[in-house]
Amino acid sequence: MLQQDEDKMALQLADSSVAKTIGKRSWLKEWGVALRRDKYLYLLAAPGLLYFLIFKYVPLWGLLIAFKNYSVFLGFQASEWVGLQYFADFFSNPDFGLLFRNTMAISFLNILFFFPLPIILALLLNEARNMAFKRFVQTVVYLPHFLSWVIIVGICFLIFSQGTGIVNNLISDAGGKPIPFLTEPNYFWAMLTAQSIWKEAGWGTIIFLAALAGINPDLYEAARVDGASRWKQTIHVTLPGIRSTIIILLILRLGQVMDVGFEQIYLMMSAPVSHVADVFDTYVYRLGIQNGRFGYATAVGIFKSVVGLVLVVLANRLAKKFGEEGLY
Amino acid sequence: MKTGYGYRVFQVINYFFLALCGLVTLVPFLYVILVSFTDATEYMTSPIVIIPKHWSLASYEYIFSTSTFMRSMGVSAFLAIVGTACSLIVTSALAYAISRKRLKGRKFFQVSILITMLFSAGMIPNFLLIDSLGLMNSIWSLIIPSLTSAWYVLLMKNFFSEIPDELEEAARIDGCTDIGVFIKVILPVSTSALAAFGLFYAVGYWNTYFNAILYINNDALRPMQVVLQLMLITSSTQMADPSVAAMLESEANIPPQVIKMAAVVVSSLPIVMVYPFLQKYFIKGMMVGSVKG
Repeated sequence: MLQQDEDKMALQLADSSVAKTIGKRSWLKEWGVALRRDKYLYLLAAPGLLYFLIFKYVPLWGLLIAFKNYSVFLGFQASEWVGLQYFADFFSNPDFGLLFRNTMAISFLNILFFFPLPIILALLLNEARNMAFKRFVQTVVYLPHFLSWVIIVGICFLIFSQGTGIVNNLISDAGGKPIPFLTEPNYFWAMLTAQSIWKEAGWGTIIFLAALAGINPDLYEAARVDGASRWKQTIHVTLPGIRSTIIILLILRLGQVMDVGFEQIYLMMSAPVSHVADVFDTYVYRLGIQNGRFGYATAVGIFKSVVGLVLVVLANRLAKKFGEEGLY
Repeated sequence: MKTGYGYRVFQVINYFFLALCGLVTLVPFLYVILVSFTDATEYMTSPIVIIPKHWSLASYEYIFSTSTFMRSMGVSAFLAIVGTACSLIVTSALAYAISRKRLKGRKFFQVSILITMLFSAGMIPNFLLIDSLGLMNSIWSLIIPSLTSAWYVLLMKNFFSEIPDELEEAARIDGCTDIGVFIKVILPVSTSALAAFGLFYAVGYWNTYFNAILYINNDALRPMQVVLQLMLITSSTQMADPSVAAMLESEANIPPQVIKMAAVVVSSLPIVMVYPFLQKYFIKGMMVGSVKG
């Protein structure tokens, strides 16, 4: 009995290994045929594929320096391993708490004040019956989205700076004391939030306007027949119609709490506000690029990415739990 | 349709509020534009400008005469033109190839491209990569690392998949290779998509900023956004870059504030000019993206 089983198994094993070699051979053959037949298509794809390989996948290999005492002279291979030293250093560093606090504060202020605005603006735009007016407002509020952060922050400096800005000129003209909008730590997060709103709130309406346009007009008709007022229609037809869009976007946003506008903060940062402005990315830049502590900075970057990835996965799962279609 | 009194009141308030939103967006721009055209002496005597009494083009004449600003504009224009061309070629070629169902490995390529949207190695590994490729302080360091994007490749692939196969078949019978089909048949029928993606890329290249901070350490290769940052932001908080500080001191005694505003206007002008086209295409792009598949 036992012998028989063993024989059977041996046979099966032989069988599968034969199948494997045959499989391998035909796999190679298939690829050979495909490459020859579609060689020009592969040629077209090559530069782009090479780009993704070199600029998206190869740098992952570079993450290893987070575990090495990277020395420019020794090079990547010869630098000695330090294990999790940099991670331990970072978690025990008081900077860690500060970065975490600033990131969370900036992110949650954004979710609290920025996130609802595009929804409200889209609902109001949707109620505007004059199409020319509506299109004009849309054109205007989308515009700042296309300008760089340098221009947005630059305009902000031109308007709010303490010595030469028009706002402070007006304040001192009226006999008031100039307000240090740009250098007062207490105003810093508010300035960031206001800038984000000014730049992106208009643009953010697009996705909600699309969702609003997708609501079946029959539903409004039915509500009218039932005698629902415009307000009632908004509550019972419009809002449920865009609910899933709102939930999806909110969850995705929650998945990105670790990502705060790096360029914006980098540009707004100055010595007096640095303790409320420093976030993971600015820290990585300062310690890694400016101070040359590549290994340590990479470890900080990895920490941020891993937390970010976990949050995205959790958020996606949450979205599916709500019966919504996830990100993937 | 009957509308109640309350709804009409709401409509009036709504129009008022929307107009206010538009105004809040426009006023900072209008202010910057107006000051940039204000006569220097008028600005110096009373810097609270609403409508200038004396208009002047001096600030524009001045910044166009400075080599610092003009050179950076040249760099940005180069990026916007050459970068966009390179990006369009690489993106459309890859998108076309993976849109063909007969391409073996198509699924694998698509997934490999898609998942790059979910992670990034981050600043330091990218920096070390550029360094080891010898691209540091080369203008190509501002083009090659942003040559294409997963998002655009996949959007464009969706677009190409909708082109009927018959078009391709006809050209193939005439003896075209895949590259011939792509250039002679596919690209000519895709001009609107190419224009749209071209604008996406051009805006991105024109706004190139942080990659230049990371990879460029040569004054001659600074794109416009870097010079703008030095003019507008750094000069008021930290020690200014010498060439930019010199630039803000004009011989004609134009106040730095007015020069700065003229620079803002010049650097946003190309975007404002292509904006009407952008708006149309960007919204279309967003719609394509929001419909999964």
